[in-house]
Amino acid sequence: MNLLRGAVIFLGLLAVWQALVSLTGVESFILPGPLAVARALASRWSLLAENAGVTILEILLGLACGSLLGAASALLIAAFRPARQWLLPVLVVSQAIPVFALAPLLVLWFGYGLASKVAMATLIIYFPVTAAFYDGLKRTEPGWLDLARTMGGSRLAVLRVIRIPAALPALASGLRVATAVAPIGAVVGEWVGSSAGLGYMMLHANARLQIDVMFAALFVLAAFAVLLYFAVDRLLRLALPWQSEET
Amino acid sequence: MNTAADTAAPIAVHLHAARLSYRGAVIFEDLDLDLPAGRITCLLGPSGVGKTSLLRLIAGLTDNEGGDGGDGGDGGNGGGGTLPPGTAVDQAGRAVQDRVAYMAQQDLLLPWASVLGNVLLGPRLRGEDRDPEIVQRARGLIAQVGLKGREEDLPARLSGGMRQRVALARTLAENRPIVLMDEPFSALDAITRFALQELAARLLAERTVLLVTHDPLEALRLGHRITVMAGSPARLETALDVLDDVGGADELPAPPRDPGNANVLARQADLLKRLARARENVLDLT
Repeated sequence: MNLLRGAVIFLGLLAVWQALVSLTGVESFILPGPLAVARALASRWSLLAENAGVTILEILLGLACGSLLGAASALLIAAFRPARQWLLPVLVVSQAIPVFALAPLLVLWFGYGLASKVAMATLIIYFPVTAAFYDGLKRTEPGWLDLARTMGGSRLAVLRVIRIPAALPALASGLRVATAVAPIGAVVGEWVGSSAGLGYMMLHANARLQIDVMFAALFVLAAFAVLLYFAVDRLLRLALPWQSEET
Repeated sequence: MNTAADTAAPIAVHLHAARLSYRGAVIFEDLDLDLPAGRITCLLGPSGVGKTSLLRLIAGLTDNEGGDGGDGGDGGNGGGGTLPPGTAVDQAGRAVQDRVAYMAQQDLLLPWASVLGNVLLGPRLRGEDRDPEIVQRARGLIAQVGLKGREEDLPARLSGGMRQRVALARTLAENRPIVLMDEPFSALDAITRFALQELAARLLAERTVLLVTHDPLEALRLGHRITVMAGSPARLETALDVLDDVGGADELPAPPRDPGNANVLARQADLLKRLARARENVLDLT
């Protein structure tokens, strides 16, 4: 039922778009109609697929690095008081720097290839994951901690057996945010300097007024981002079947 | 920790010169409490009087503030090092907080762990959950609380009464000689509560139990001794003391007592009036 509604909304928007283009007679280098975009999608398919592969790899690698680093930092901060006292202020202050402003630097340091985009995606993901997981680790139900204290568990055992599992739903929401923003990091990285990827293709097409190709690349990117989000959301739900009762 | 020896002989608990304050207001000070060995002591009193604080103090979950100057009497120091006055100790003067099992009003079940996983929480925290003997014992306790066959279920699939029975099994799995219970049945409906009181009294036999409750009938069904806590700062007074399981002069049967027993009902009326007076005292002072 939901799938049907989604399809209706999608097709409806396409119809409105096509009607707008046909009625106003707007130039195709300003706004191409969906039919023109579909034609570009079909004729440039192999090129699109090749560049999409690069961008998808950047997104997935960035997602993996950012999530692992973020989760590890949150654990470190939650488990060790010195880490909390020294690292947390640095983390908070670092968030005042707009990550996009670092993109040229990252390209300078890591080159035009994959590494600078992965670094960009990692940076943009890192903080939401760290913040969400640390928040979850901090908010353990006090009753559970009382219980553990009377049972005589060590601090590390309490962290492993109670606090980390209890914080997993919070980590999951951090990962959902990360999944949604990871493509932004990869594409911004490509815009600043690259030789392949959907962002690179969009810049290139834009310079040549091939706006239909630009839209085709955008469509592929959006389709992958949506698919990725739903896949991650589904996986997280499967991994934490008990959390739906909790939240 | 040899758990077998822990339960061998019931131990009495003594609390001497305990003091606790909250935001400058003294909840109680110079408070003495004795829990007779292997018996159930019920602690009644108006809400907010400090019953839970007292229980948490015995469990070692709240730090006692008593006699920081060191002039609080003998200080209850026995065998080894000096304990701060107001620490709950046994007959030999040793601190009891590491021999305590704790059960709260909420079941505090971990939602991601199975029934068996929750009952084995203590062993898991201490790294003992691989011991087949301990697992076997946990399964036995689950059967005793009537949940045989539900070992692998998640708590979300259980009713409130079942969840609290899992909590009871978890408390018993600790196999501690002292059990501290903070209104463990108050969130349950009357019928479930009735069945669970019966079960708890049977399974907690021979352990030293402190049961905090606001229900006089519950106290009269389960308690060998009933203590009323009232006032601000709070004082304790004994309202019932039937340490022998046989009723004797008091004509009260051994717990769990039948709520229809004429003597239980008569005492319930007395206790209610006493509690009403105790609450007025608290209100007068605030």
